[in-house]
Amino acid sequence: MKQIFAPAVAVVCALGTLAAPVAAQAKAFTQITFGVDATYPPFESLSPSGAFQGFDIDLGKAICAELKVKCVFVSQSFDGIIPALQARKFDAILSSMTVTPERAKQINFSSEMYNEPTSLVEKKGAGLEPTAASLKGKNVGVEAGTIQETYAKTYWQPQGVNVISYQGQDQVYADLLSGRLDASLQDSVEADYGFLKTPKGADYQFGGNVTYDPKDVLGSYIAIGVRKDEPTLLKKIDWAIAELHKNGTYNKIEAKYFNFDVYGTQPAATTAPAAAAPAASAPAAQ
Amino acid sequence: MFNLAGYGPQLFSGMVTTIELSVLSLVVSFVIGLLGASAKLSKSRPMRGVATVYTTIIRGVPDLVLMLLIFYSLQIWLNDFSDYLNSLQGSFTFAFPLDPFTSGVITLGFIYGAYFTETFRGAFLAVPKGQLEAARAFGMRPKQVFRRILFPQMMRYALPGIGNNWQVILKATALVSLIGLSDVVKAAQAAGEATFRTFFFIVVAGAVYLVLTTVSNGVLILLERKYSVGVRKAAL
Amino acid sequence: MIDILQNYWQALLYSDGYGVTGLAMTLWLLVLSCAIGFCLALPLAVLRNARNPVLWFPVWLYTFIFRGTPLYVQLLLIYSGIYGLDFVHHTAPLADFFRSGLNCTILSFGLNTGAYTTEIFAGAIKETSHGEVDAGLAMGMSRVTLYRRIIIPAALRRALPAYSNEVILMLHATTLAFTATVPDILKVANDAYSATYAPFDCFGIAALIYLCVSFTLIFLFRRTERRYLAFLSP
Repeated sequence: MKQIFAPAVAVVCALGTLAAPVAAQAKAFTQITFGVDATYPPFESLSPSGAFQGFDIDLGKAICAELKVKCVFVSQSFDGIIPALQARKFDAILSSMTVTPERAKQINFSSEMYNEPTSLVEKKGAGLEPTAASLKGKNVGVEAGTIQETYAKTYWQPQGVNVISYQGQDQVYADLLSGRLDASLQDSVEADYGFLKTPKGADYQFGGNVTYDPKDVLGSYIAIGVRKDEPTLLKKIDWAIAELHKNGTYNKIEAKYFNFDVYGTQPAATTAPAAAAPAASAPAAQ
Repeated sequence: MFNLAGYGPQLFSGMVTTIELSVLSLVVSFVIGLLGASAKLSKSRPMRGVATVYTTIIRGVPDLVLMLLIFYSLQIWLNDFSDYLNSLQGSFTFAFPLDPFTSGVITLGFIYGAYFTETFRGAFLAVPKGQLEAARAFGMRPKQVFRRILFPQMMRYALPGIGNNWQVILKATALVSLIGLSDVVKAAQAAGEATFRTFFFIVVAGAVYLVLTTVSNGVLILLERKYSVGVRKAAL
Repeated sequence: MIDILQNYWQALLYSDGYGVTGLAMTLWLLVLSCAIGFCLALPLAVLRNARNPVLWFPVWLYTFIFRGTPLYVQLLLIYSGIYGLDFVHHTAPLADFFRSGLNCTILSFGLNTGAYTTEIFAGAIKETSHGEVDAGLAMGMSRVTLYRRIIIPAALRRALPAYSNEVILMLHATTLAFTATVPDILKVANDAYSATYAPFDCFGIAALIYLCVSFTLIFLFRRTERRYLAFLSP
């Protein structure tokens, strides 16, 4: 059988060049590859033709324009996005990722992109509140890897709430619509613009914002994530973000998507639950 | 009823991706299978041992687990390797980016190489030894023996197994959508969720696969007929 | 690796404190799907060998569709597709059944393995030697008795190697269950990976668990083969 060895090994070596080295001369900075979980409209999603679109995508393109480099977007499910960044599948995470102390241990974050609270979404008239007592025995959907998943598993699951994780936010809504879930937990603005204001979300409403967070699992603002061994890239991205604010590009892009200021720390009135829900005041001590 | 709501192009390119992935994986696993079969049939114990460990592990571990293992770990190892290369010298920056498609090809090729090893091993053994001896007696060199006598006859015995494995590979490509590849399944899911007609679009995806497997079956029957020229089938 | 094992061994094996997960769930899926598949396949295999097209055509269609499409597509169809249909939504027992991810998973796995098993058993039944059938008829057996005492036991014996292969493949297929939110071994391993960023450790442990289960199954099947196919041994 030796006769087939030589040609076979040659073929295997030839195939090895599929993973051909991208030999860049002297580390020239010509493009940024962003990892995106494109299931989160209006921040990042895929159009019917398969192209990336959304607020984050537009901001990413603007950052690349400021830095005069090419922009490449790569799909990656959210629960594997930090390991994928560490494994150098892309240069930065641009996926509505919230800065939390846990995550900051693994990667570095840029300056703020925008900010939004977390809220519950439920069917109109369901009367559920984002508390363990109200949701006991109910099915709550979250996207795997998000702060909302951590929140639900930390505070609600031990109290008897069924927390179900999904690979993408679109799957959460699919099961919410089909009735498999009683409620879902996600970023407010995403829920508002990406679901409730769309025809699909016509029968659904907010169930209230989450305010109880003694262990600070919900973190602070949303930013771009980069590896800890890439300080130059981080500086460049921070500079670009500052430039976008200075020259008004940020506000222009923001106005395209939202009628309020997403950058401020207290985004808006859209987070108030609809009239039908009972008093959604801050929950009593849990 | 058959309105594809603008997702037609995405579904079509997904189908093309599926076919490309299957064909490339078939080629890789074919080559690995030939190597593995010759290792299993070789006289050296260590070679046989390595090949046996390889086929045993692959057939004992699910494809999806292997796929995830290879997709994530391989990239990390390649990164470590490129770090090492970069530390050896300073002018070039090596990077080995692995997109889902390449990962899929490597993984599926690696996995189904084990199945092909078994197929080819059986096929090699099925060729009557007398023919090989006669060929050598005629003074043919080993490469000529392989090319003229062993390989064509081996292919006849291997064809059903190859056909089987091809069908399995074709269906296994659906799993690659779970590591992010935009194939026909992913396109169907996206279309279904956007238009609320998940049932319809998944049926479309299923129909695509059905068409591909049926066409493959037809091609296989033709190939079998070509390679079985002159062989009398048992009268049933 | 050790701390992953320490933190997750319970979830990987039987429970994460809130429900059945891991190995227990995987084995449960395997046993139920194979049971459904077996019970489906036996009558369908008999029908598949009928001469009347009205009898064998539907069975052929069923195996053609379920063997020609990937299991993942079938699972998606039952989990997302069927539950999205309006009439399922509005019929209470159907809606309740399809709401549970576990039910959808078991149904689709059962149907899939049923199709493959039908073909395996049908092939084995077809290989029954004519002499046995003649002898049975000569003894005055009715068709039902003929099947019950002669054809089916012999066919099952012949089908054993191929069926054992199918069961192992079904074990591998259970890894798809996590896409329907069923917490099997792979889901726990995936969660461990998201938390620890150590893919080789997490998925390696999962692979080892599957390897052990596969070996156990192969061993059990070999024992069964040795007992029931003793007449074939050299």
